[in-house]
Amino acid sequence: MKLINSGKSGKSGNSGKSVILHVLVIILLFILQFILPEYHHLIVTRVMILAIFAMGFNVLFGYTGLLSLGHALFFATGLYAAGLTVYHFEWHVVQAFVFAIFVGAAVSAVVGFISLHTTNGARTGGVAFMIVTLMFAQLLYLATIYFAPWTRGDEGLILPASARSFDFAGMHFNLINPTTRYFLAWGLLALSIMVVLKLVTSATGKALIAIRENPARTDMLGYNIFALKLYAVIISGTLSATAGAAYALLFSYIGSSFAGIQYSIDALLFTLLGGAGTVLGPLLGSFVMFYVIDIASDYTSAYHIVTGIILIVSVLFFRKGILGTIRDKWISWLP
Amino acid sequence: MDFAPYLLLASLEGLVQAAVLSLTALGLCLVFGVMRVVNVAHGEFYMLGAVLAWSITQIIPGHPALGFLAALVLAPLVVGIIAYCSDKLILKNLNYHPEATIVATIGMLYILQQSTLLMFGADARAVEPPFYFRVEFPWFGYSGYKLAVIVVAAVVLALSWLVLSKTRIGLMMRATQHDSEMAQAFGIPVAQVYAYVFAVGAMFAALAAVLIVPIRQAHYLMGQDPLLMSFIVVIIGGLGSIRGACLAALIIGMSDGIISMFFSPTLAKMASTTLVALVLVFKPQGLFGRREL
Repeated sequence: MKLINSGKSGKSGNSGKSVILHVLVIILLFILQFILPEYHHLIVTRVMILAIFAMGFNVLFGYTGLLSLGHALFFATGLYAAGLTVYHFEWHVVQAFVFAIFVGAAVSAVVGFISLHTTNGARTGGVAFMIVTLMFAQLLYLATIYFAPWTRGDEGLILPASARSFDFAGMHFNLINPTTRYFLAWGLLALSIMVVLKLVTSATGKALIAIRENPARTDMLGYNIFALKLYAVIISGTLSATAGAAYALLFSYIGSSFAGIQYSIDALLFTLLGGAGTVLGPLLGSFVMFYVIDIASDYTSAYHIVTGIILIVSVLFFRKGILGTIRDKWISWLP
Repeated sequence: MDFAPYLLLASLEGLVQAAVLSLTALGLCLVFGVMRVVNVAHGEFYMLGAVLAWSITQIIPGHPALGFLAALVLAPLVVGIIAYCSDKLILKNLNYHPEATIVATIGMLYILQQSTLLMFGADARAVEPPFYFRVEFPWFGYSGYKLAVIVVAAVVLALSWLVLSKTRIGLMMRATQHDSEMAQAFGIPVAQVYAYVFAVGAMFAALAAVLIVPIRQAHYLMGQDPLLMSFIVVIIGGLGSIRGACLAALIIGMSDGIISMFFSPTLAKMASTTLVALVLVFKPQGLFGRREL
């Protein structure tokens, strides 16, 4: 019994169709900003950033079959790397953003290298990987509280006014303007979708899927499983860190809660609901969950009960998520 | 205060922590050992035990000890029934697939925690200890109730060790742990064993919480800390090894108490979290576990 089910492998003629589908989704999101009322405009901006985080998680969970329970670690790494440099050293927004992506890549390489050692051979390898990633995430969360003189812990930091606008490539970006924020988030999301789509349809992506389906056979075929898994962790962690950095800079706030276990579970929840192992699944899952929680919070303060119910129902009856089910029934070429 | 009495005080606090932690971790350890299930909802069973203890002491009139004794019996029982049902309704239907059960127990965590919020509200609730008695040391007085907690935990641990190693029930559990298919073939009702083990594991957490609730208050978010600490203990002790878990609980509880008092609680948690990640990576059978899992 597998947690993730793959579709039938698409024929080569279908890659054109899938590119068109993804471009259409990106265009749709671009048009959305002209239609949406102000409140939803802001929500969609947030959701797009969180979707990048979930897409990063999905590269590891959905495609490589490794369940990390500590992905908030990578998100928060990007968030703090960008936020702290802007706050304490008054770095340029773009400089901080690029720096955060590199820090994200470095942290995911180190954490991946250490935690992937648990997946070698041992029967409980999968379980150990989940717990090690959970522990590393917890470590960062505790560190953000411990180094409160720098981070102000739970209370967090609001980025200074100088970080609310920047000049880049001859253009002026004002981050207080909702349209600018929407446009930047959209651009980043579009880029991420294309990166993930390119990755999972490439030969490396197929090898990752092969590891998920049958690690022993993939090993026997001569693939270096450890290197491939590490590659997946780095891509996944870097995407998540990028999302974190963007979140810090666009919404001008960093705090310990972003490193908490809640964000790790959110990534899992978005991915499971939308469809693990589909490129657009995490995006769809983020949208649906964000609105479900938004509506539920109007009725009760215990709105996270919905999170619990959706997790249990999807793991009991709806393993493939929304897009996974659609792929099984109708569009078998969905990557 | 001089250094030595200060260290004694820190060690006593650490011992109380270790006592409660070893009970909680024993539950988690049992569930992982026998069923191979990583129960993320374990902390919520602990929290439920504490909150139920509060509501039971509210209902029962008279001397606080009466209500407390009732809570000591009833709260774990109710938690056990809830755990039994969730095994039958959810985990069994997932065939105990490792990743699926983790996702499901995360779901259970939210449902239990948020239902408690709905029913009992977000306030922290204090429970009166069953007796007030101070043990006078030459340098400071110490709560007799805290010392009683240490004794009770030690007795419960000893009893459960006896049950596991000397009785037929323990034999059935160990057989299921060793090889569930073979156990099934020899007529052990493995499905029932699983459900009961899950219930008993949760009851240990609830019992630990009832013991601690007169010292700390009951609150719907109190489950996260014991969950992470029990994880740490169970892993360092060697996943599934009960003796290892007790020993690790002692070490982690004591060091946590001492580091918390001399430095900071956050630093103490960081130290044990780092230790556990390193143990899992470099010595996956745990510091005291004997065999490779």
